[in-house]
Amino acid sequence: MSEYSTVEHDVLVIGAGGAGLRASIEAAAQGVSVGLVCKSLLGKAHTVMAEGGVAAALGNVDGRDSWEVHFADTMRGGGYLNNWRMAELHAKEAPDRVRELEAWGALMDRTPDGRILQRNFGGHAYPRLAHVGDRTGLEMIRTLQDHGIHKGIDVHMEVTIVSLLTDGDRVVGAVGYDRERGRFRVFRAGAVVMATGGIGKAFLITSNSWEYTGDGHALAYHAGAELVDMEFVQFHPTGMVWPPSVQGILVTEGVRGEGGVLKNSEGRRFMFDDIPPLYKDQTADTPEEGWRYVTGDKEARRPPELLTRDHVARCILREVREGRGSPHGGVFLDIAWIDEKVSDGPAHIKRKLPGMYHQFKELAGIDITKEPMEVGPTTHYAMGGIRVDADTQMSSLPGLFAAGECAAGLHGANRLGGNSLSDLLVFGRRAGLHAAEFASSHGRGTVDAGQVETAVREALAPLERAGDANDGGPYYIMQSVQELMQAKAGIIREEDGLREALDGLRDIARKAAGVAVNGNRDFNPGWHTALDLKNILTVAEAVVRAARERKESRGAHSRTDYDGKDPDWGTVNLVLRKGEGGEMDLRREAVPEMRQELADIIQEQG
Amino acid sequence: MKTAAFKIWRGDASGGAFQDFQVDVKPGYVVLDAVRKIQADEAHDMAVRWNCKAGRCGSCSAEVNGMPRLMCMTKLHDLPEDQPITVEPLKAFPIVRDLVTDVSWNYEVKKRIKPFKPRAPDHEDGTWEMHQEDVDRVMEFRKCIECFLCQDVCHVLRDHHKHEDFIGPRFFVYAAALEMHPLDEEDRRDDLRQEHGIGYCNITKCCTKVCPEGITITDNAIIPLKERVVDRAYDPLAKLVQLVRGK
Repeated sequence: MSEYSTVEHDVLVIGAGGAGLRASIEAAAQGVSVGLVCKSLLGKAHTVMAEGGVAAALGNVDGRDSWEVHFADTMRGGGYLNNWRMAELHAKEAPDRVRELEAWGALMDRTPDGRILQRNFGGHAYPRLAHVGDRTGLEMIRTLQDHGIHKGIDVHMEVTIVSLLTDGDRVVGAVGYDRERGRFRVFRAGAVVMATGGIGKAFLITSNSWEYTGDGHALAYHAGAELVDMEFVQFHPTGMVWPPSVQGILVTEGVRGEGGVLKNSEGRRFMFDDIPPLYKDQTADTPEEGWRYVTGDKEARRPPELLTRDHVARCILREVREGRGSPHGGVFLDIAWIDEKVSDGPAHIKRKLPGMYHQFKELAGIDITKEPMEVGPTTHYAMGGIRVDADTQMSSLPGLFAAGECAAGLHGANRLGGNSLSDLLVFGRRAGLHAAEFASSHGRGTVDAGQVETAVREALAPLERAGDANDGGPYYIMQSVQELMQAKAGIIREEDGLREALDGLRDIARKAAGVAVNGNRDFNPGWHTALDLKNILTVAEAVVRAARERKESRGAHSRTDYDGKDPDWGTVNLVLRKGEGGEMDLRREAVPEMRQELADIIQEQG
Repeated sequence: MKTAAFKIWRGDASGGAFQDFQVDVKPGYVVLDAVRKIQADEAHDMAVRWNCKAGRCGSCSAEVNGMPRLMCMTKLHDLPEDQPITVEPLKAFPIVRDLVTDVSWNYEVKKRIKPFKPRAPDHEDGTWEMHQEDVDRVMEFRKCIECFLCQDVCHVLRDHHKHEDFIGPRFFVYAAALEMHPLDEEDRRDDLRQEHGIGYCNITKCCTKVCPEGITITDNAIIPLKERVVDRAYDPLAKLVQLVRGK
C-alpha cells in the first residue's frame, strides 16, 4: 500500500487562476467547505498575464452598447459554433461580475465622470473592455485572491493533481502530490471544479507558462468526460519574436486598441489589403478613419488591425511567408507613430501601456515610444475543452464541473480578446454555485482505494524505472511534442501534416511511457515534467484528431487543403471521448438550434 | 556560440554548495533561460520556480551575483562577463531545495491584515464614483507582483528574523494600498504599530532599490503609513475625537 494523506472538502477546485478563485469564492459563499488546489504559488496563475481588459457591456463609454450587441459580437467572432446559451449568459452577466470586483477592491481606469473606463478591442463593436493600463489580469487575480483568503477556503499550494477519482460515472475526488516533498494527497469531495486553464505548452511558441499542459482537459478526458471544439486553438497575432529567449511572450492587443498599426517591411499597412466580407461594413476605409475610431469618434469604423485574432494572425503569416516580414520573422507593430497625433506621445504611450513599455525596454532593448516592435503569432488560448452544461457548468460526468479556459463552448471557433476574463468570472461563479449545490444534495462519494493505488504507482514509476539514456529526458520529450505540434498542427494545417503529427505523437508517447528521471521526490521538476507528459500528449492528440476531421477553415482552424468556410461544417461541433479500449473516439454533433429571440438579435446586429 | 559560467547553489535545509555549469547562450538570454537550459541538459532535478517568464508573476525570485532579482528579467548581457554568475536562493525564507524557498509565511501574514472594507455605494445600482486621480494614487502599490524580493532584502527579516513581529515591506505596500484606497473605511493604524511592527523599519530603502516594478516602497508607502500611525498615537485632538466616538 502506498502512503498518502486524505483531505475532505465539499467542493474541490483544481486551479487557482481567475476561474478557480471565482468558483471557490462562490462555493464558499454557499456555506460548504472548499479546497483550492494550485500547481504554483497562489496568485501566479496565467490570469496574471492578461493585459488588455475584461469585456462587459457596461456602456460607460458608448451608451449604444448592450448585452445583445456583446452576444452578437461573441457569436460572430466564434464562427457561430459557440454554445449560444453560454454566449447569452456571458453577455448578460459580465457587467455584474465586473462591478462586483470593484466592491471587492479592484481599481480600474476611470471615465471623466468617474465610472469604469472601457477600451476598444478586436471584434467588439463598442469600447467594451474595462481595464487597468495593461495589467488588468494582475488586478483581477489579486482582487480575487485578497478577497478569497478571508472566506475560509483551504488553499493547497504547489500541489499537482494526477488523477480524478470516480464512483461509477460520478467524480468523487482526486489524487495529487505536493511539489515540495512529493507526498501524495487524496482529496475526497462532493464535487470537483476543473479550472486548470489552457494547453499552450503543446506548442513551441506560446504565451503560456510551463503550467499550461492541459491537465484539466486530460484529467477529465481520462475520467470519461467529453471534450469539444479541440481543433480551435487561438494563435494570438502579436507575440514577441526577438530575442529568441522571449519568443512568444504576449504583446497586448491593447497596443492596437490605442492606435498601434501593423506594417510590413515595405512600410505598408497590409491589414487594409484583406478584409473579410463579414466585417466589411464595420471596418474603416482609410487610416484616417481608423485613427478617429480609436480616439473615440462614434461615427468612425474600426481599423483593420482590430479585426478578429484569427484573421490578423493569418495576415501576418502571409506577409512573412511572402517575404515582406521583419528581420526576425515577424512584422512591425508601431505605436510610436501616434506622437504626430497626440501631444507628448511618449508620455501617453507609457501611461496607457506601461507593461509593454517595460517589457520591450527590459527584454528586447526597444523603446516602443520611439521605434516599432517586431511581432508574430503565438499560441495563446484553447477555445476547446471540457464540454459543459451552459447553465450549471457540469461536464458530462456527474460531480465534475469546469470553468474558464479548460471548459469549452463560449468562444466557438475563435475567442474575442477580453472575453476570457469575463468568461472566468461569469462561469467561475456559476461552476462554484452549482458545484456547491451538487455537493450539498449528493454528499461526499466513496473513494476507491484501488484507484488511488493505481494513480500513485503510475506517478512514482518514472522515479523507479531505469531509463533509456537516448530519449533526452523529460524536458526534451516535452519539447519534441511542442516542435511537432508547432510544425504540423499550428496556424496553417493540412491533411498530410496532421497525419504525420498523429504518427509522431504515437512515437513520442512510447518514449514518454518509458521516461525515467533522476533525483528523488523533493521538489524535482524533472519528475514533475515527466508526469505532465501524459496530459500534453492527450491534448495534442485531441487537437490533431479534431483538426483532421474538420475539413474546412473556420475561426482559428485554417486548412490549406480546405480553404474557406463550408456551410455544412458551420452546424457541427466535434466531440471527443475516451473509448472502451482506451482509444480516442470522435463524433460529429449538430449545433443545437438557437432560441428564436437570440437568432433575431443576430439578424438585427448584422 | 558564446558560453557563460554559472555557479548555482544546490542543496536543502541540511546544507549545500555551489555547483559549476557552463552554458551556451543565445542573444537576449536572461538568467532564467540559462538555468532552464542547465536543468534540461544536465540537472533534471534542479529545483527552481518560474511561471510567466515576463516579469509579471513574480515567481522566479533568487539572488543573482548576491542581489535579489527576478531571474527572468536579469539579462546576461548586463552582468560582468569576466566572472561566473552566481545564483542562489532567497535568504529571508527557509530553504526547500536548490533555488526554491518556503515563502508560505508571506501568505499567512497577508491574512492577518484587515481586508478591504468599502463605504456604502454612491449610486443605487451599487456602483461608486471614483476619478482617475483618486485611483492613480494607489495604482503604484497595486503593481506589486508579490515576488518578495523586498522581503528578502529587508534586514529586519533577513538578518534579524523578526518574522513574528514585522510584516515586511511587501505588506506595508499592501496595507498602504488599502489605507489609501478611495473607498476603504477600515482603520489599520493600531495594527500597523502593534501587530505589524512598522516601527522596526528604519527606512534604509533597500526594498525600494530591489523592487522590479519600481514601486517607491519606502517613500510612498512606508513613510506615509508611519506618519498616519504617529498622528493617531500622539495627536491629542484625535485622541479626544476617538474618546467621544468611542472608537
